Amino acid sequence: MDLENQKRVKDLTEEYGAENVVVLLGASEGEASGLAAETVTNGDPTYAGPLAGVSLGLVVYHVCEEEVKAEFDPDVYEEQVSMMEMVLDVDEIAGEMQAIREQYTQY
Amino acid sequence: MKNSVMMGAGYILVHTPDLVVHYGTTQTSERIVNPGSEYLKQIKTSLRTYDRVRSYYPNQTYIGNITPFDLAKIDGPWQNLTCPVDDRYGPFGEIMPQDEFYLLIQAVDEFELVFLEKGFVETTKTKLAGDPIISSYILSRIRDGIESERVNNMVESGEAEGLYMDDRLVGAVKKAHAFDPNLSAHVMVENLVSKASSTLALLYAVRNAGIDRREVEYTIDCSEEACGDMNQRGGGNFAKATAEIAELSRSTGCDIRGFCAAPSHAVIVAAGLVKAGIFKTVAVTAGGSTAKLGMNGKDHVKKGLPILEDVLGGFAVIISANDGINPEINTDSIGWHAVGTGSAPQNVISSLATDPLDKLGLKVTDIDYYSPEMQNPDITKPAGAGDVPAANLKMIGALAVKRGDIDRRELPAFVAKHGLPGFAPTQGHIPSGVPVMGHAREGMLRGEINRVMIIGKGSLFLGRMTNLFDGVSFIMEPNSGAEEAPAVSSEEIRRIIARSLRDFASGLLKAGENDE
Repeated sequence: MDLENQKRVKDLTEEYGAENVVVLLGASEGEASGLAAETVTNGDPTYAGPLAGVSLGLVVYHVCEEEVKAEFDPDVYEEQVSMMEMVLDVDEIAGEMQAIREQYTQY
Repeated sequence: MKNSVMMGAGYILVHTPDLVVHYGTTQTSERIVNPGSEYLKQIKTSLRTYDRVRSYYPNQTYIGNITPFDLAKIDGPWQNLTCPVDDRYGPFGEIMPQDEFYLLIQAVDEFELVFLEKGFVETTKTKLAGDPIISSYILSRIRDGIESERVNNMVESGEAEGLYMDDRLVGAVKKAHAFDPNLSAHVMVENLVSKASSTLALLYAVRNAGIDRREVEYTIDCSEEACGDMNQRGGGNFAKATAEIAELSRSTGCDIRGFCAAPSHAVIVAAGLVKAGIFKTVAVTAGGSTAKLGMNGKDHVKKGLPILEDVLGGFAVIISANDGINPEINTDSIGWHAVGTGSAPQNVISSLATDPLDKLGLKVTDIDYYSPEMQNPDITKPAGAGDVPAANLKMIGALAVKRGDIDRRELPAFVAKHGLPGFAPTQGHIPSGVPVMGHAREGMLRGEINRVMIIGKGSLFLGRMTNLFDGVSFIMEPNSGAEEAPAVSSEEIRRIIARSLRDFASGLLKAGENDE
């Protein structure tokens, strides 16, 4: 995850409390989604950014996961996300995300 | 008014393993953040040799010895394969080795900032002189080398950054100001590397276009570096500086920036300038980026791969008035992502791919090939970024499904038929749409390709000035015929009428004489 984004997630978590933060991802690959999810839960696996060694344990989802989709106005989802849903390997992404949540999410 | 045409292109790569180690930001950052890391220990053994870089399929495709249409038939990853063609030179350009490139860096230096070691210059200058594109003017700009002790002192004192060959210090680039960070030795290396690689690409583009150097009236640089001092950090002008070394003596020019989208913006501007008759011939050129060398190196090494981002890329195209032969840049159907377009993928792809087709009454399937971000998947897949050109084609195909141009079941076939494999190094602006222009031109001249859409995209948010994304697109088409003859002038019309009246009058006189 981009170092600047790591810093923003860290700052927002300090400001609002980890239990009040949900991170929503839009990465196009299962592996990339998993890495970003790991960064905001267990810490930056590349040890390069502000979240290196910092386990925030945040709740994290990908925008194409069913749980998130259910929260959307269907028209908005159709307009903003449906095309990508057709393109992405949603099952692979959801599998990665669930594994990370089960392992590292604390809330 | 006829569209402008693409006269030719230059595509070059430079193998720079030591620049990977010393100037790639992944490596420089790692040395600051994690000085004892495993990655830093493994870099040296993870670099490819020059021979290996030459026998790499994507590199041979970039310089034109293999077409992307043929590359598509060879299953990747290609890093395990050996390309049967391993020539240094191709129809579009070359793969230059690092030692010769260091001499080129000195040749483009106007301020005596680059110093090379004596023995290194003596052995390398003969090699560079054997490169047919290197002019006697460029060779004459290479100075005699200096003692290695002086080079060492410059680097050790901190007034210069080093240039290395397999870790041996062979040169130094001095800072250009006592304390201005914009003219630091590191920035001067980045900018001189960009200028040198851009010059090389520009020389090939002019040669391949078959024009005289004096025909180029305007040059546009579209790289991602910025040159200037503390009073004007991105003042420019790489374009004119590069045109000077390429001996384009009648050219002025300027820089266009737009992150990775800049090359597509620049081609559109060039096509517009030519079509409007402001300049007859315009060169668009860009050099490579040292910062991006080894950008995904940590992922590659972690997966047991060599560091694949070990080459600088450069490209240049020549846009000129319609000659009735070369492929046209269709400026009637430019696509652009506007401020109000939004960031939803379908809005982005509509603005870039389908809106311009609608203007021409075309379907998504009427474009033979789409050339979006042509990053080499060997590099991006191990880094978790997937196959970028394929992902873009899937998005265009998905939009085609939503528009009813194709059936959903046809989506995989659409991607295979209208997409091309990524073969360009991940040098930001270098893979962004334009690598296919050279191959598209050749295919159109052979009568094998009808329409190609070039799509450039840019991540503007990286500059922290806006959260917006950007992109522009244009269509290349075979030539539709030469420029019309200029319209008849009013002077000519007066002469025609006068002649007709004279003929009419003499006819009347003759008729009168006969009557008598």
